Amino acid sequence: MKANLPDPMIPTPFVVQKVKRETADTYTLDLTRPEGPANFAFAPGQFNMLYAFGAGEVPISISGDPARPETLVHTVRDVGNVTTAICRLKPGDALGVRGPFGVPWPVAQVAGSDVLIIAGGLGLAPLRPALYEVLNHRGEYGSVELIYGARTPKDLLYPKELERWRGRFDLRVHVTVDAAENDWRGNVGVVTKIIGRARFDPPNTAALVCGPGVMMRFTVLELIHHGLKPEQIYLSEERNMKCGIGLCGHCQWGPFFVCKDGPVFRYDRIKDWFERREV
Amino acid sequence: METLAPILAAHPFFKGLDSRYLKLVLECASRETFKPGEFLCRDEGEATKFYVIHHGRVAVEIYRARRGPVTIQSLGAGEVLGWLWFDKPYHWHLDAEALELTRVISLDVACLLNKCNQNHDFGYELMRRYAHYLAVQFRVTKLQLADMYGK
Repeated sequence: MKANLPDPMIPTPFVVQKVKRETADTYTLDLTRPEGPANFAFAPGQFNMLYAFGAGEVPISISGDPARPETLVHTVRDVGNVTTAICRLKPGDALGVRGPFGVPWPVAQVAGSDVLIIAGGLGLAPLRPALYEVLNHRGEYGSVELIYGARTPKDLLYPKELERWRGRFDLRVHVTVDAAENDWRGNVGVVTKIIGRARFDPPNTAALVCGPGVMMRFTVLELIHHGLKPEQIYLSEERNMKCGIGLCGHCQWGPFFVCKDGPVFRYDRIKDWFERREV
Repeated sequence: METLAPILAAHPFFKGLDSRYLKLVLECASRETFKPGEFLCRDEGEATKFYVIHHGRVAVEIYRARRGPVTIQSLGAGEVLGWLWFDKPYHWHLDAEALELTRVISLDVACLLNKCNQNHDFGYELMRRYAHYLAVQFRVTKLQLADMYGK
């Protein structure tokens, strides 16, 4: 008997409902099915292959709330032909979606722990669903700290949401930028320096980290310096994902296919490959 | 001076310092408070003080002609400000502005250098801590220079 499962290689059409400019080159798109809101279940940290018709397909992390699966949310940075085409879409335009794919953040598995969510630049987009999920079940976690770094204040994603989060009594938010004009009253300095200010009990902490490679490398060193073990650190890796199901080999990284074995990896499992220049 | 001792002893820069050495530091110490908008130091000013911040927040700024100041670093409780007093011409190369009410213990650097010269063991201990501080600063600066978030 043949199972009636959708073919993972065939995109499902979605319609753009809303486009929001986050920064000079980054946009957030709200998508729904053409027939109206329909649940698109996903786990925090998973990604979709977004197909801009006539331009091509790119892997983009899902950045919405898993508890609100009726709208699919993606934050996209305009960096190439396909992402440019996606960022130019207007409400009512169509976009193909394949997914969700990949290993998610271990949000449920780390219940009972303190949680450090450390994001750099666009890395907040794949971590936002994890934060939503933690906040949706806030009582199940200890201290929760969001540490977010960007290049300048103008490059911060979701500024209004950051303000809302900062107003909560059950979440500590640390925002820092690498440089700022004089009107910025927030912190200036690198993300790694903020880790020392966060409140967490090292043996009972899980760190979820996403950002540029250099930032993740130094963040891992700093977390270990503060007493975390490699198995308490989770990273989201980025590679050239194509098929999304571990068949084509485009995203091979040593013994892993990032699309299928990642993008979220526990650090102790990848540390031999992390920052290895040959792969 | 009595009340400064526990603050200095608890500050990360001096934590664990031998009590004899702490006493020497205290002989150069005084308390200062800066209101928001006041400057702890100005570019080109003589670097006569080494600030041990124990409350508040400070923006370290570089002034750019026609473009105004840019903040390159924020400092807060548990950090120190001032590393130019170790080398000639003993001038600040930046501005440091209090962003909120900031309380510091300011150390007279002439007094401190004098004590380092008189007691080399103390001088070595201070330099050792300073070298660690500088190493951290260099690491952080390299990361900032790497433009991690660029395309």
